[in-house]
Order: sequence, then structure tokens, then C-alpha cells
Amino acid sequence: MPLQDLEKIFQDKIDAEIKIEPKDWMPEAYRKTNIRQISQHAHSEIVGMLPEGNWITRAPSLKRKAILLAKVQDEAGHGLYLYSAAETLGTSREQTINDLHSGKAKYSSIFNYPTLTWADIGAIGWLVDGAAILNQVMLCRTSYGPYARAMVRICKEESFHQRQGFEILWVLSKGTREQKAMCQDAINRWWWPSLMMFGPHDSESTNSEQSMLWKIKRKSNDELRQNFVDMIAEQVKVLGMKLPDDKLKWNEQTRHYDFGEINWDEFWNVVKGNGPCNKERLEARKKAWEEGKWVREAAAAYAEKRKPQTPKGALEAA
Amino acid sequence: MKQDSFIYYTLHLADNALILGHRNSEWCGHGPVLEQDIAITNISLDLIGQARNFYQYAAKLMNKQNAPSPNGKEVGGEFTEDKLAYLRDVREFKNCLLAEQPNGDWAQTILRQFFFSTYQFYLYRQLQESHPDEQLAAIAAKSLKEVTYHLRWSSEWVIRLGDGTEESRKRMLNALENLWPYTGELFVPAAYETDRMDLKNIKEQWAQKVKDIFSEATLPYPAEGWMHTGGKTGMHTEQLGFILAELQFMQRAYPNSEW
Repeated sequence: MPLQDLEKIFQDKIDAEIKIEPKDWMPEAYRKTNIRQISQHAHSEIVGMLPEGNWITRAPSLKRKAILLAKVQDEAGHGLYLYSAAETLGTSREQTINDLHSGKAKYSSIFNYPTLTWADIGAIGWLVDGAAILNQVMLCRTSYGPYARAMVRICKEESFHQRQGFEILWVLSKGTREQKAMCQDAINRWWWPSLMMFGPHDSESTNSEQSMLWKIKRKSNDELRQNFVDMIAEQVKVLGMKLPDDKLKWNEQTRHYDFGEINWDEFWNVVKGNGPCNKERLEARKKAWEEGKWVREAAAAYAEKRKPQTPKGALEAA
Repeated sequence: MKQDSFIYYTLHLADNALILGHRNSEWCGHGPVLEQDIAITNISLDLIGQARNFYQYAAKLMNKQNAPSPNGKEVGGEFTEDKLAYLRDVREFKNCLLAEQPNGDWAQTILRQFFFSTYQFYLYRQLQESHPDEQLAAIAAKSLKEVTYHLRWSSEWVIRLGDGTEESRKRMLNALENLWPYTGELFVPAAYETDRMDLKNIKEQWAQKVKDIFSEATLPYPAEGWMHTGGKTGMHTEQLGFILAELQFMQRAYPNSEW
């Protein structure tokens, strides 16, 4: 079949809201965009385990420790589904992980910020997971089937995480003077990086237009960011805390909150590797992978030894 | 006095689970492969859950008898699981030394888990079957289901690493050398556990299980040799102080707060 016909069938399916499945024909660029996005998403889950994992051993109560452990474990599970979804597009988990370690593949820049106090665990749940959910709810309807289905599962757990994060901050906001200060400080530090999670302005975003046409994305960066601001500006009132933005104000005409400009210089610097923890995060992942090499080799060698012996010639005869 | 020793025993069970759970939780995000990162975190979660059950029960017993804390220090208000986990110092912790040993490499973590899970398996089984205290027997019964999985998982890894590559075998032998001297203590009864538990029986079952798995893993079963003891009565290795410094930081830095 000529290429134009294949492309037409493909786009017709997308327009008719029929999911693209692994064995369907797809344009090379669609495949690549999905691989890039899904693996970036998987890496974000895995690298995202580190800033929160930091606080597992220091969580302030046994209940909080158990909740945090379960949460970080959920992130590992999300990484696993997403690496599997990427594999359906013909890339191996090992290759995908190598791309992370070589710096070729990116992960969400938010995880390059440090977790300094316990309140940061609350702020990450509330703001970072909150921002991620808006993106992920949209991705439940993304055009590539395996990605959309992974997202449905992930969304359920993420919204639970967001509530847990909010609850951590809520307890702090009702606590001692020190706890309240800790809570406000964490919000101050995580607010702007959370807004950056939605990526550059639509006018600056290189991948957006084609992704919208292919229904990989269904809402633009700026649209999602506005939804987020509208949601959080209301929730922060419940905490009795403030968002660190003098320009934040309800706009009767647009029926949205106006807000200040993001520091794009900081954004691009963190993307380029100059964030406070870029080095540590990547080093931690590489170290885990390298130190695990002998374990993976041993498991493979053992599995090979225990494989049922095939009688000589059996394969040829079969 | 009898009641005190029962509280000590409950705390001992709790401390074992908490400290080993804490050690395993240090792996979270750093495991050798994603599936095993999830598995070790799961085990950690189970152990912390067990610790909570035992601490809650100990706190209840202590509140009921309106006792000063076992170490005589004022805690303020009622005992809770968190006060017991976060406000006692090294000398009051009653966990076995094996639980607090560092993670080392994956081989050491696996072997520590295998030794401990085997011990917990037979211990909980005995508690479940023959301990006169219903609540303790019930916690043991619930925990036994989890420990059965921990034992299976760690046994499989001992076999895989023992009989895997030359390097994995070397690492297992090294772990064995490090950890073996801490296994004896599991079966040396402290004053608070003598009248209830048949440790001799647990020791026999433990040794048989370890021999079976080691034989499949082509690992040598060591001679008894010198064994360290003391953890059960608060004589710990230097490791525990650092664990507590991290574990208890928040409660010590911000006392009397809700979290």
C-alpha cells in the first residue's frame, strides 16, 4: 500500500478516536515521539523516587513512614508500566535506561530540586503530583493504546498521593509555629518549579503542534498550567497559607486567576543540567544500575542453568 | 514483674521488625533492578507494619498498668507506638544485632533477610500456635503470611546468587562471613523470653532450613564458631546509634508535635 494511504488510514483512526495499537502501522515520527515521551515519563517516575526516598528513613511517625514507603513504591510501579509501554514500540528497557544515564533522555526537571524539610514531602504530593495529574488525566485519552491504558492505572494512584500530600501540609498548617513556618517555606520553594512542570509557553514549545494533531497531547502547556493555578489558588486557602506570587489575582473577565511570569532563565538552566541536584540524581541512578550489574548477571546465569535442557535436534525437528 | 517481662518481649519483637524494616527501606530507589526495588520495599513495609502492631500492643499494656516507662524516664502523657519507636535510646532497644547490620551489597541484604525471615517464620509459627496471649498470637498469625513470602523470596535469591556467577558466589561467601557471627544470638534467650518460647526447637528448624537452602545454593554451612550477643538486652553494635539518629530526628528536633 502506498505511504499516503497508510498515513491517511492512520490519521482517520486518530480522528475517529480509535486507539493506535503496537502492531498497527504508524508514521516513524509518531513512534519516536511516543518513545521519547513515554520513556521521559518513565524516567521521571524513577528519578522522582529519589527526592522523596530521602525522607523515608526520617519520616516523623511510623504511619507517615509507611505511607511514604508505599507511595515511593507506587512510583516504581508506574515506572515499570511505562517502560513496558515503551517496549511495545520496539525499544528495550535497557536501551531506554542507557539513554537516561548518557543524558540523551530527559526526566522532569522538578526532581532536580532538593527536599530540605519534612514539609517538602507534603508539598511534592500536593503541588508536584497535582501538576502531574492534570497532565496525566489528559494522557488517559492519548491516542497510543498502551500508553493510555497505563495512564488510567497511574492516575488512580496519583490522585491518592495528591490527597496524602495535602493532608501532610494540612496537619502542619494546624500545628506549632515551627510547623506552620515549615509548611509555608515548602510552598514558597515548590510553587514556581511546579508551574515550570508544564513546560515552555505554547509559543515556544517545539513538539506541541504535531502532538496535538496526533492526539498524543490534547491540551496545550499553557492551558494545563492555567488549570493548575486555578485549582491550587483555591486549595491553598484551606491551608491558610499563601502562594509566593504578588500578581496572583482572580480575574472576573477571564474567569481564571492571573499570575506572575515564570523565571524562564532558571527553567532552561535546570533543563540543561544546572539545577541544584541534577548531578546527584543522575549519579544515584547510575550508581544503582552499575552496582546492580552483577546481580542482574547472576540472575540471568542462574536462569540459564535451570532452563529445561532441550534434547539435541529438538528445535530443528519442531 | 511478669507483666514487665511480657512488655519487654513485645518490644523486642517490635524492635526487630522496625530496625530490619528501616534497613531495607534504605534500598528504596536504589535497588539493582526495578522489580527487586519494589520487592525489598514491600518487605520493608510489611516489617514496619508488624512493628506498628507490636508497638501499639506494648503501648496499650503499658498504659493499662500505668507504669513508668521501662527505663524509668518520663515520656509525658500516654504511651503510643511513636513514643516507643522514636523516644527510646540505643540501650533500650531490644532488637537482635543481626537486624541492625548494614545493607552492604545486595548479597549481604539478601542473606540478612534470609536468616531473619527463617527465624521469624518459625518464631511466629510458634507464637501463633502456642502463645497464651491471644493478641500476640493474632499479630503473629497475621505476620506469618507476610513472612512466608519473605522467606520464599529471600531463599530464591540465596540460591540464585550462590549458584549464579563466580562473582555472585564470592559475594555470598563474603556476606556469610560477615553475618554468620550474628546468627547465634537469635537463639540465646533473654530473661524476658525464657518462660514462653522454645528457642531450642526454633533453632533446630532454622538450621535445617538454612542447610537445605544452602545446599541448593551450593554454599557451605559454616561451623558454629564464636557468636556475638547482646542486642536483646540493649548491648548493640555502633550501627544502631546512627540508625536511631536518622529515624528519630524529627521527633527529637520538634518534640510534642502532631505529624
